[in-house]
Amino acid sequence: MDSVRSETAPVPQALKILVAGGFGAGKTTLVGAVSEIAPLRTEEVLTTAGVGTDDTTGVATKTTTTVAMDFGRITINPHLVLYLFGTPGQNRFWFLWDELATGALGAVVLADTRRLADSFAAIDYFEQRKTPFVIAVNCFDNDQRYTVEQVREALDVDGHVPVLLTDARDRVSVKNVLITLVEHVLTMVRTTVPA
Amino acid sequence: MSTDPTDFVEEGPAWWDHEAGPVVRPYMVTGGRVRPVTVDFDLITYLVATATLAVDTPSPEHQAILALTQEPRAVAEVASRVDLPLGVVRVLLCDLLSEGLISRYDPPPTDHLPNVETLQAVIHGLRAL
Repeated sequence: MDSVRSETAPVPQALKILVAGGFGAGKTTLVGAVSEIAPLRTEEVLTTAGVGTDDTTGVATKTTTTVAMDFGRITINPHLVLYLFGTPGQNRFWFLWDELATGALGAVVLADTRRLADSFAAIDYFEQRKTPFVIAVNCFDNDQRYTVEQVREALDVDGHVPVLLTDARDRVSVKNVLITLVEHVLTMVRTTVPA
Repeated sequence: MSTDPTDFVEEGPAWWDHEAGPVVRPYMVTGGRVRPVTVDFDLITYLVATATLAVDTPSPEHQAILALTQEPRAVAEVASRVDLPLGVVRVLLCDLLSEGLISRYDPPPTDHLPNVETLQAVIHGLRAL
C-alpha cells in the first residue's frame, strides 16, 4: 500500500489481543503482569457537539471527553510482537471497541465474580463480531467463590468457549490465559474450511 | 510532547500542574485539523523514520515522532510516548508520511485470522516467557 520497504530496520509483524471486562476487573493489572514494558496509556479525545442546539452555537456547547486505553507489549521473537490492549470500561465507548477489535487476534474477557453481569456486554460484543475469546475469572486473593462450571452456566456461553480461573497479578497465570486463547484461535483456524 | 509547566515559572510554585490537565487544547499542534487527510493508522501499524533528525519539521511534535521512530514503533506506542491523543498523532503522522519522512507497515488484512504457523509461533513464544 503506502509502505516503502526500509533496507535497514527489520519491522516485526504486530498482533493484538484485547482485554475486556467491567470497571475494576483488573484489566490493566493483567496487562502489566505479562507485558515487557510497564503498561502505557494512549488517550483519545472525543468532542461531542451538543444535541438539539443551533449550528452557530455548536462551538459553545461542545464537550470533550478523554478515553484512556492501557496497553502492553510482548516480543514473541524478532519477527512477531504481541500487543495487549485494555478496552475502555464504559459501554458508551463501543465505537472505540470497533477500532480496537478490528484485526484483533482474539480477546480475554476478564470477569469479576462479584460483578459477573459486568462482563455480559463484552461477551455479547465478541460473540456478535465472531472475535475468538476466552473468559478468565479473576480470583482476588484466592477468593474462589465459584467453580468454572458455575461461571460458565451463569454467563451462558457456548460450550467451546474456554473458561478458566486466573489471578491477574500472576505472570504464570496470565501467560496461561493467553496461551489458552491462542490455542482456541488455532482450533478455530484449523476447523475453518479455507476460503 | 509534554511540557513541564514549571519551565515557565521564574519564581514561586506553579499554580497549575499535570493534575490540572493540558494547558493547551489538544488539536493546537495540528493547527486545528482533526482528521488525517488521506490515510488512517491502525494502533499497531508500525512506523519507521526514513529521515534523520536533521530535517526540518513543521513542529517540535513532528520532530519528537521522528526521534521515536528511528527504530520501528507501533502507532499506539508513539502516541503514548509523545503524550498526545491518538487523533492528534494520526494527523501529525499523515504530515510526516506526505513529506516522505516516515514509512508505515500495516498489520495483515483484518478479514482473516493469522495462519497456523504464526499462531504456533505465538504459543511457543508465550510458553518460553
